[in-house]
Amino acid sequence: MSDTRPVLTMTAISKFFPGVRALDGVDFRLFPGEVHALMGENGAGKSTLIKVLTGVYGHDTGAITLDGQPVSFSGPMEATEAGVSTVYQEVNLCPNLSVAENIFIGRQPRRLGAVRWRDMRRRASALLARLNLDLDVGELLGNQSLAVQQMVAIARAVDVQARVLILDEPTSSLDADEVKQLMRIMRQLRDEGIAIVFVTHFLDQVYEIADRITVLRNGRLVGEYPTAELPQLALVEKMIGKELDALERLDEQAGRDLAAVETGTPVVEATDLGKAGSVEPFSLTIHRGEVVGMAGLLGSGRTEAARLFFGADRADRGRLAVDGRPVSIRGPIAAIERNIAFCSENRRTEGLVGELSVRENIILALQAARGWLRPVPRRRQDELVQRYIEALSIRPADPEMPVRNLSGGNQQKVVLARWLITEPRLLILDEPTRGIDIGAKAEIQRLVVQLSDGGMAVLFISAELEEVLRLSHKVAVMRDRQLVTELANDDSLDADRIMRVIAGGAEQKDGTRHE
Amino acid sequence: MSTTQLSERLHGATRWRLPRRQLPVLVSLGLLLVMYGIGVSQYRAFSNIQVIFNVFIDNGFLLVVAVGMTFVILTGGIDLSVGSVVAMTAMVSAALLRDGLPPALVLLIALLIGPTLGFVMGCVIHFFEIQPFIVTLAGMFFARGLCTWISSSSIPITDGFWTSAAQERIRIGDNFVTVSVLITLVVVAVAAYTLAYTRLGRNVYAIGGNQQSALLMGLPVGRTRIAVYTISGLCSAIGGILLSFYTLSGAPLIAVGMELDAIAAVVIGGTLLIGGAGYVLGTVLGVLVLGVIQTLITFDGTLNSWWTKIVIGGLLFAFIVLQRLLGFRKKSFSTR
Repeated sequence: MSDTRPVLTMTAISKFFPGVRALDGVDFRLFPGEVHALMGENGAGKSTLIKVLTGVYGHDTGAITLDGQPVSFSGPMEATEAGVSTVYQEVNLCPNLSVAENIFIGRQPRRLGAVRWRDMRRRASALLARLNLDLDVGELLGNQSLAVQQMVAIARAVDVQARVLILDEPTSSLDADEVKQLMRIMRQLRDEGIAIVFVTHFLDQVYEIADRITVLRNGRLVGEYPTAELPQLALVEKMIGKELDALERLDEQAGRDLAAVETGTPVVEATDLGKAGSVEPFSLTIHRGEVVGMAGLLGSGRTEAARLFFGADRADRGRLAVDGRPVSIRGPIAAIERNIAFCSENRRTEGLVGELSVRENIILALQAARGWLRPVPRRRQDELVQRYIEALSIRPADPEMPVRNLSGGNQQKVVLARWLITEPRLLILDEPTRGIDIGAKAEIQRLVVQLSDGGMAVLFISAELEEVLRLSHKVAVMRDRQLVTELANDDSLDADRIMRVIAGGAEQKDGTRHE
Repeated sequence: MSTTQLSERLHGATRWRLPRRQLPVLVSLGLLLVMYGIGVSQYRAFSNIQVIFNVFIDNGFLLVVAVGMTFVILTGGIDLSVGSVVAMTAMVSAALLRDGLPPALVLLIALLIGPTLGFVMGCVIHFFEIQPFIVTLAGMFFARGLCTWISSSSIPITDGFWTSAAQERIRIGDNFVTVSVLITLVVVAVAAYTLAYTRLGRNVYAIGGNQQSALLMGLPVGRTRIAVYTISGLCSAIGGILLSFYTLSGAPLIAVGMELDAIAAVVIGGTLLIGGAGYVLGTVLGVLVLGVIQTLITFDGTLNSWWTKIVIGGLLFAFIVLQRLLGFRKKSFSTR
């Protein structure tokens, strides 16, 4: 492969969003006829890199070349015309049109302006036959399985003389057989010389098909490796990283002793709680003053499990008890009534109302708990908000500032303040420190410790193992939508051990690989 | 018969059983035949072919307007301005003819106003991302207001070209149609061709299916959306001319509520209100169903004409529920 020139290079790409450095000097290269996996946790910058490549975003620094020529696409359409096609995770086709039309719409064969349907169907059949797909191209796309739709999307992409094909999490909604079918097509296209960028969070698939792997973390390039030279465990390590920045190191907590907190009736106790298609049944107890860390890769079911506690999703099996009494949490309102709070990982889309002020956002949950008929008096609002702005050092310390003008870290603190004001007994934090700067991260971590010392039960979900280790009394590890094990956070527990559990059967797999 | 053969046959049967895309249109056709059958069995004169022709003569302008509405609804939009635009076109024609402008020029002006308004509304809807409902509601008030601004009372048309177009009978055997019917059929044919065989037409379906996808597939979404409101405006203008042929006048309060009749006809013709599925032929059937109901009630003679509305209301309910039961809804591609 060393004798061929890369079809695509991206050099020193940086991209800034207000308050966030989404990409920081990232290099990426792609050779013809390879499958190149782009790996990284959520927020690592994979999607941003792809969007920069296809022209959805501009880039602030850096250069992109295609076949040695500098390029800068103004949008996906221009990229497609230049031979860089993207197939997104969610099928972006029209379910109400036929398979053939979905492949050709926008560039249908015509004579005198009239679409030549028969010609179009014939060419669609031929194209799909090339991909070994036997389909009635006259059928509606919406009647096909998701896998077939995905492949039709690929057919559409490669018909435009694609040389670079970007597959953005194409397999996340496919079952095992469908994944196999997709892999077969990927191999075939690769053998035809198309360069494929494969974004996924399924490690097994990466090791099955990828020739090389590029790992990103926190917007930076970690490295580019041939798949054969990067064992699965090492990959996970590189994805999750081991940041031990002096800034965010907390004083080693003496009180992280599991036996001391695991006394009395648990605040919440889940027994075989689960929801089909979302998370396998699991059991977990959280006591007063206890921080339970939840570790696992993206898509391992961490958020899904937390949502069951909060009633955001309804469990279809198992039991949940609060203070030893069985309860059925029918929805977030019921959870709030039982003093359970949930800080969502998507603070922008699920947590905050950008146009409202800091004060209004903070008061929201308290108001909801009181019911809308009993408004919180304005003076009490100001008092509470002022107290939490100070306690969490929210900057700027202006209660009337619209929340969308705050940086990510400060927005996260607003979400926290909102829930703290309701004085929850169980606080669920879903990736509270993702995408925020290190200073704010340390503050939030310190706060979690303080709260648990004050008796609050905390479920702390994070992909950063150091952080989980530092804060938790015990660590629940999720893999493939299952809670695989629960580890007491004693001296013997370290990031490597958790990582091995997360990577699962990685060790054996490396042994049997013959490459 | 072996089990394999049997399962193959069953499989084949399921493949052929549901021509889902055409099913709503077939239902509309069935409904029309039932209505017509009732008419024929009750009243001897109903079987006269002229009854059918009269339905076209009396509803030609509605059909033209509904054809334009079909384009809009296929993209998932709605155009509430059509009734007012019809009235405005008729008003402008009548006023200009009264002022002595040559008929050809009057036709040209009248046919330009509607599409212009449609174009402007389309631009507002697309560029400012405002609900079509609101924008075309504003267009409806605007156009209706212009009508009364031109004249608060009806203006008769005495122009020779207009009166001859109105009174010309084109004989077909013992029966006849008007010039308007021919114009209507031409509009229907052009519209059906556009939707089935041009990229514009196919883009209309794509946008109705999934606008986000259409955008990502590189289709000219903005241009197409503006085009459908312009087309709807043009159809309303043609409808307005046909109405002025029909009534030989322009009246400020004519065609009030016609937008709702047009929407009803489109839906009864099997077009999905959420967009993406439907045919011009269905709309023709929808208008015919409405026309035959009117005719039935006229033939009966004892029923109040509001019964037309009651029946249309019932049919609309039935068709919307039918669409739901057939499982036509936006398929979500959500993951997980």
